[in-house]
Amino acid sequence: MATVEMNGTSFEVDEDGFLLDYKSFTNDWVEYVRQQEGIDELNDEHWKVVNVLQDYYEKNGIAPMVRVLSKLTKYKLKHIYELFPSGPGKGACKMAGLPKPTGCV
Amino acid sequence: MSDELKPDELLDKVDHTPSQGTWMTESVQIRPGMYCYAAKPESVETLGLPNARSWNPMEADWKLPENWQEIIHNGIKDRLEKFRTFKIFMDVCVRCGACADKCHFFLGTGDPKNMPVLRAELLRSVYRNDFTTAGKLLQKIPGGDKLGGGRPLTLDVLKEWWYYFFQCTECRRCSVFCPYGIDTAEITIMGRELLNLLGLNIDWIATPVSNCYQTGNHLGIQPHAFKDMLDFFTEDIEEITGVDVAPQFNKKGADILFITPSGDVFADPGTYTCQGYMILFKYLKDKYDLDVTWSTYASEGGNFGFFTSHETMKRLNAKMYAEAKRLGVKWILGGECGHMWRVINQYMDTMNGPADFLEEPVNPITGTKFENAKSTKMVHITEFTADLIKHGKLELDKSRNANRVMTFHDSCNPARGMGLLDEPRYIIENTCDNFYEMPINTIREQTFCCGSGAGLNAGENIELRMAGGLPRANAVKYVHDKFGVNTLGTICAIDRAALSTLMEYWVPDVEVYGIHELVGNALILPGEQEREMDLRMEPLPGKEEADE
Repeated sequence: MATVEMNGTSFEVDEDGFLLDYKSFTNDWVEYVRQQEGIDELNDEHWKVVNVLQDYYEKNGIAPMVRVLSKLTKYKLKHIYELFPSGPGKGACKMAGLPKPTGCV
Repeated sequence: MSDELKPDELLDKVDHTPSQGTWMTESVQIRPGMYCYAAKPESVETLGLPNARSWNPMEADWKLPENWQEIIHNGIKDRLEKFRTFKIFMDVCVRCGACADKCHFFLGTGDPKNMPVLRAELLRSVYRNDFTTAGKLLQKIPGGDKLGGGRPLTLDVLKEWWYYFFQCTECRRCSVFCPYGIDTAEITIMGRELLNLLGLNIDWIATPVSNCYQTGNHLGIQPHAFKDMLDFFTEDIEEITGVDVAPQFNKKGADILFITPSGDVFADPGTYTCQGYMILFKYLKDKYDLDVTWSTYASEGGNFGFFTSHETMKRLNAKMYAEAKRLGVKWILGGECGHMWRVINQYMDTMNGPADFLEEPVNPITGTKFENAKSTKMVHITEFTADLIKHGKLELDKSRNANRVMTFHDSCNPARGMGLLDEPRYIIENTCDNFYEMPINTIREQTFCCGSGAGLNAGENIELRMAGGLPRANAVKYVHDKFGVNTLGTICAIDRAALSTLMEYWVPDVEVYGIHELVGNALILPGEQEREMDLRMEPLPGKEEADE
C-alpha cells in the first residue's frame, strides 16, 4: 500500500488516497487532505463537517448517508461541495479519515 | 486521469475497426479507468478464501501461488464435471458472431475482446488445448494448437481473463441472441470463480461480500445504525405527510419479512424508494392490519457473493431464509433489487431450498397466489404492489407525480432472469400520467445494461462504466429529446446509483427514481396532512408558489 507524508508523519493510504487506519488520524492528516483538495484555509464549517463525520463514524462504524450529514450540519449538499470541492465522500470523508463505502452505492 | 474524459472525448475514442494482429498472442494492456482495484487481503481472509495478500494489477508480480496453473487446471476440471452447462457452453459455440454487437461493453469501447464470443474464447481456448482430445493431439505438432483454436494457459492469458471477466456485467443480453442459447454470463461466472481460486477478486466485490458475511449487509451497517437510518426516514416522512410510519424490526410472528438491498437505506436516490416502501407498509398496516417486519440481521437483498463464486452466493443467500425461519413469518417480500432476483429465481431452490418451513405466498389482502414464488417463498415487491393496485386496494393520487415524465429501464436480472416486465410498468401507469417507452430493442428482454452491474459499480473504473452505459444512455436521450422524458424509473439498487452517475454524464436533465418512490408520493395515507412536498422535499406539482 502507498504511504504519504505530512510534517514528518507518514500515513498509509488506499488506492484512492483514503486513510487505511482511522486510528492513525491526526491534524497532519487534515493538513495533507486540505492541500490535496486545494482548500485555502479551513474554517469552522469545515471542522464542523469533519467533527460530525467522526462522531457518527465512531458511533456507527460507517459514514453517515449524505442526507444525514446535511441534516446534522444543517448545510445543504451544495454548500458541502463549496466547502469540499470533491464532495462529501472523496473530500470530507477523506479528510475525516473515514474509509470509502462499497456496495450498491 | 481517465475519469476526467468529457463525453465527446469518450465518444471519439470508440473505434470498431478490427485490429490487424492475432488476438491469441497479443498481451493484455491493463489500463486505468477500465479495471477495479484488487481485493483487500482482510476481506478475502474473512471469507476464508485462498491467497489473501495485497497485490496490484498494474505490477508484473501478482503474487500467485507457485502451482497456480495446476490450481486452475483442476478448477476447470472440477467445474466441467459439476456444471453440465459449462461443459456444453465450452463445446457448442460455432463462433457465428450473433452476440458480438449485442454487448454494451463492445458497443461502448470497441474493444474486440468485449465481444461476448471472444470473451468466452479467452477461456475456451485453454479448454480446447487442455481438455479436448483434438487439442491434446494438436499441441504435439509444431503450430498445431492454432489449428484447433487452443492455447496454453500462460500468465498473460490469466491476466487477460482477469481484465475481461471484470469487464462483463453478466447482464445476459448476448444470450438472448445466441442461436445455441449459450449463457455467456455463466462463462464469466466460471471465469471469476476460477480467478478467485488464486485470490484474484476485485475489492468492490470482496469487501461487500465480507461485510455481508459478518454484519448482514454489503455496506457493513450494524443493527443500531440500520435502525438509525430508517428512523431518519421516519422523521422526514412525518414532516412531509404528518404521519408516523415507524417500521418494525426483527418482529417474531409478523406476517411478512421484508428484505431490500442495503443501498436503499444508505445511498441516494435509493433512500427515497426506501421511504416509499415504508409508506406502503404503514398504509397496509392501518387499512388491512398487515404486519410487515424488517430485519437488522438479514439486512441485504443483494448478493455480491454471486459475483465471486457459487459457494459465497450460497452462504449469503442462506441468511435470508434463516431469519425468515427464526422470525416465523409466512413468506418473504423482496425489494427493488436486480441480481438478487436472479439468485432467488434461478439458484435458491436447488442451493438452499426447499424453504418448506415457509408458506406458499398468498397476498392476504387480495387472495392472489403468487404461483411463480411457490417454491422460493419470496415475492418481488412490484408484483405485490401491482396486485394490490389491480384489486383496487390502494388509494393513489397520480397528480403528485404530474411533474414526472417517465421512461422505464428494465433491470437486466429481473427482466431476463425472471421475466418481470409488466408489473413495474403497471405501477408506473397507475401512479403517473406520463410514461414513454424507449425503443423496443433496448427494453424488456433486450434491455441494455446500466454498464455497472455484477459488482463493477466502483469509482476507479468510471471510463469503463460510462462507455458500457452508453447504449442505455443513448436510448434515454432519445425519449428525452423526443418526449421530454425527465425521469428514468428502475427497480434495482445498483441501477439507482449507477444510472444517476450515467445520466449526469450523458443526459444531465434526467433524474433516476425507484418505482416505489412514485408509489410513496401517490399513496394517500389515512390521516395524512395536505402534502406540499414530494419525498425529495421538493414542492409538489401545483405547490411551487406555496414554497416561496
